[in-house]
Amino acid sequence: MSPREIVIISGKGGTGKTTITSSFVWWLHGRGEKFVIADADVDAADMHILMNPRPWKEEEFVGKSVAEIDDSLCTYCDICRQLCRFDAIYVDEDGVYRVNPFRCDGCTLCEIACPVKAISMVPQVVGKWFLSTTPFGPMVHAKLKPGAENSGNLVTMVKHQARLLAEKEGIPHIIVDGPPGIGCPVTSAISGASFVAVVAEPSFSAIHDMERAVETAEHFQVPHGILVNKAGINPENEEKIREFARRKGIPFLGQVPFTRCVVDALVEKKIAASSCPQVREALEGVFEKIMEVVNGTAQK
Amino acid sequence: MIISVASGKGGTGKTTFSVLLARAVAPALYIDADVEEPNGGIFLKPDIEREEDFTELVPKIIPEKCTYCGECARACPYKALVIIPPPAKKDLFFPELCHSCGVCAYVCPEKGALIEVPRKKGVIRVGKAGDLDFMEGVLNIGEPTAVPLIKSLVKRAREYPGDVILDAPPGTSCPVVEAVGEADFVLLVAEPTPFGVHDLSLVVDMVRQLDKRFAVVVNKAQEGNTLVEDYARREGIPVLFKIPFSEEIARMYSRGELPFGRFEAQLRELHLKIKEMAG
Repeated sequence: MSPREIVIISGKGGTGKTTITSSFVWWLHGRGEKFVIADADVDAADMHILMNPRPWKEEEFVGKSVAEIDDSLCTYCDICRQLCRFDAIYVDEDGVYRVNPFRCDGCTLCEIACPVKAISMVPQVVGKWFLSTTPFGPMVHAKLKPGAENSGNLVTMVKHQARLLAEKEGIPHIIVDGPPGIGCPVTSAISGASFVAVVAEPSFSAIHDMERAVETAEHFQVPHGILVNKAGINPENEEKIREFARRKGIPFLGQVPFTRCVVDALVEKKIAASSCPQVREALEGVFEKIMEVVNGTAQK
Repeated sequence: MIISVASGKGGTGKTTFSVLLARAVAPALYIDADVEEPNGGIFLKPDIEREEDFTELVPKIIPEKCTYCGECARACPYKALVIIPPPAKKDLFFPELCHSCGVCAYVCPEKGALIEVPRKKGVIRVGKAGDLDFMEGVLNIGEPTAVPLIKSLVKRAREYPGDVILDAPPGTSCPVVEAVGEADFVLLVAEPTPFGVHDLSLVVDMVRQLDKRFAVVVNKAQEGNTLVEDYARREGIPVLFKIPFSEEIARMYSRGELPFGRFEAQLRELHLKIKEMAG
């Protein structure tokens, strides 16, 4: 049986994805469940701060190729610079044609067009991924180089490694801490998931972003539900989120109260559910619902 | 002058700080370049005067002229095109994979068999919030990359005659590089948690690589918590502003409001100081 993936996303950053995911891990571990932890927020990976992973395998991740111009062959014809749609080619102070690797999309147009074959595509190491052990179980995580392209490929690699590990060890679940936004990294994080939990906080901004995150999950046809974090800040908005879930016909998983305890726990690098009884109580219901849906999906 | 406001971690208060700063220094231009999740408009409540489609060129096969040789599909680095050769003669295009690079059109050997047509990938909304000019980009759901839309916003920032406050997306990857690439000064907003400091250190690496002048702003600052300041001191980065942790601000924020008056004088001072530091 293939492992079931549960992904936590939010649209907006800072709504509590990692707080919820780490609590989920803590709760499952307490119930004696087996799972693989995957941190798919490779751009600003934070789960390791709470999970204390000890890597036993570390690999470089080669992403897109970037153009390189061999100045000894270049005839300064300017064709590449004119053709590049990403404005990645420029002439430096010495009149030498150069490629800005941050801007280069690796499309190969310059390489194809160069009349003297002075341009070649060079693969770039854009990050690293790790297989680790944690007190809660195995973990797959990664680190993207600052300024590198987060095309979702490294996210896909993290998920792929998590699946391989789960299949090999016969582990039934993968818990994925997702990236913010609605772009490629999110698409990669939720593709093939058994369930996506969208974390919203009761602010206008977060609701707006949650709606876009839910639409993204719909667009890619992944089963999903909503939970509210930091509840109590704005009851009216909390009702709006519940109403949104009703209207969409998707499960409302529950709400987690806003307490100072969570802020203090985070500052001390502690897991919210283990430090804050109120949060633990609220999340138990949420997690039970998620597991019911996930296990139910599997029976169909 | 362009001031970009960035943060490694999401939800640390980029938008809160950006709109407070923009409001305080107006007349100016506020640009929301967090095009996956633009939120600045929620607080500034601008009157939108016009909405422009953001388009990019994508390929279109003209069946009468195409020989289905497959050159375009083989050259496409993103596998966005599939050509089925004769006798089937079919073409499949996956717009969500296309990066609008133009390789397919360049390599097509048959004149007029593959033309490039504009495809809407998002919108740019332009308006006014009092004496503050407002602009935001909104990326369509399912689009692979935010970079071209951000680039288009940055181009408008460069053309603007006055001061620009540019609200960047979170993270440290390409879209952020684009959003801070043309900035005269970068402000990095961080919250005083181990996560906030960790993600701040990532974005600091990035702005250093870009050789930008930058400083740190602490949001949700708490009495006695010096996590961000300690990090900044070790790294020799100035901390220029602090917004205190306040449940009242959190509640206002949740309603789409912010205490605009409260920090106005301090933010104007900050603005002058940044101008000095940027040279």
